[in-house]
Amino acid sequence: MKRSNAGKNRGLSGLRMKRSVFAYPYIVWMTAFIFSPMLLILYYAFTGDGGFTLEGIRAALGWDNVRVLLDSIRLALYTTVLCLLFGYPVAYLLSRMKKSTAALLSVFFVVPMWMNFLLRTYAWKVLLGAFTNILYTEGAVLLGMFYNFLPFMILPIYTTLIKLDRSYIEAAGDLGANPATTFLKVVLPLSMPGVVSGITMVFIPSTTTFAISQLLGGGKTMLYGDLIYMKFITEQSWNAGSALSVILLVFVLISMTFMKKAERTTSEEEGGRLW
Amino acid sequence: MVKRIKKFFAGTYLGLMLAFLYAPIVILIVYSFNGSKTLGNWTGFTFDWYVQLVKTPEITDALGVTLSVAAISSVVSTVLGTYAAIGLHAMKRRARTVYENISQLPMVNPDLVTGISLMLLFLFVGLKDGYARLVIAHITFNLPYVIFSVLPKLRQSSDLFYEAALDLGCTPMQAIHKVVVPDVMPGIVSGLILAFTLSIDDFVISFFAGNGVDNLSMYIYASARRGVNPALATIIFVPVVTLLLIVNLRSIRQEKNAEIQNRKVGLKR
Repeated sequence: MKRSNAGKNRGLSGLRMKRSVFAYPYIVWMTAFIFSPMLLILYYAFTGDGGFTLEGIRAALGWDNVRVLLDSIRLALYTTVLCLLFGYPVAYLLSRMKKSTAALLSVFFVVPMWMNFLLRTYAWKVLLGAFTNILYTEGAVLLGMFYNFLPFMILPIYTTLIKLDRSYIEAAGDLGANPATTFLKVVLPLSMPGVVSGITMVFIPSTTTFAISQLLGGGKTMLYGDLIYMKFITEQSWNAGSALSVILLVFVLISMTFMKKAERTTSEEEGGRLW
Repeated sequence: MVKRIKKFFAGTYLGLMLAFLYAPIVILIVYSFNGSKTLGNWTGFTFDWYVQLVKTPEITDALGVTLSVAAISSVVSTVLGTYAAIGLHAMKRRARTVYENISQLPMVNPDLVTGISLMLLFLFVGLKDGYARLVIAHITFNLPYVIFSVLPKLRQSSDLFYEAALDLGCTPMQAIHKVVVPDVMPGIVSGLILAFTLSIDDFVISFFAGNGVDNLSMYIYASARRGVNPALATIIFVPVVTLLLIVNLRSIRQEKNAEIQNRKVGLKR
């Protein structure tokens, strides 16, 4: 009995080894098209005409470039705040509806997200050009970013809010809290994981956005993405462009770590997910 | 009474937000039936924009590129990604964590950096063919989404099925195709749909990684200053909405039925 069990176990671990073979084609692909391209960026960022140098990184940290990064962060912050201010009420109202109605309505809030991003931005360009005079200003860029990222804020907050146990709200009411207090002391704190993942999903992509500023800002508002584009395509300077990309990556990783930490402190549970 | 006022305001707010989200798209679609060249000036109903659309080779080519790249890349990444998920799932904990973290890289990486890194690679190895570049780039950014759609389903299902299939005489390949794959099918299908839609929508990665072969996004970007045929909005929007509604309505109907069922049994909160 004992022996047959041992034999079975050995057989099992043998099969486990075999099954991981199925991941090998993917690992090869990943090495070729994810790993080595990243190494190339690092290579160009830390080399110049004569081998290894930190000159590229130093230039990338020059004030002109840092100012563009700060500008991008400022616009991304505005976008995040706008999305939170307008998106939270949407998520909240949806979560208070009958389940089937909310499910249907939330689909309608998500559909624009799956519409070609460039076409939506182009539509705003046409609209702003025809009916307003804010096209090619920073306001237009901000509007475009707010519009494009709003669903990414609504969805995670909505998914945390619908998982929220209604009895907490009833308990707060029974204990004498008015609706405003209930919201501030119960609903809002419990929805923080969703808020944090919403902020992550809006802030980070909107710092690195490309094309919105070109279409709606008319090249007047220079964001970090435009700067990298300029270095690579217009100036053909791969070293400078790669150095800027490395700085951007470091910034993204720092913000991600920060958000992950915030997510962990707000709740042990997973926040809202997009899919 | 208070409740009704509240409901009214809630409805109005949601309605306004939806209007904001759909306004630009709907206006483009309306504009696509307008005889006038300028927006805000209605001169009569026409199909001219659609006739022009079919007659513009740049647009039909870009549409063909978008659809074929999406089809090829989503199928390849689904096959590769499903095997990868099965392989990763069977790995030892430490190796699995390492690979899963690396797999998340393209999801974490800004699109801009992914696009540029691929561009550098293609220039480095001298791959000039724009279409091949697009296909490779799209497979690459689709892969993690497929893997992370399939992995949770694998965790939900039991390894015992696979082992039972082996005990009953299947080869590992047969066991995977006959037992594991059907078991995680919902994850595979949602990965495929996700990959397809992501590929159709992509601009930034294609823009940097591509070379001369334009998909729709690249075409729109290139011709934004001259003006883009508004009929494009209709042919992109209508299929996407239909597809999403079909996918979602089924699950919503199931939920509604469950709700009715619950009410009948008196379980409703």
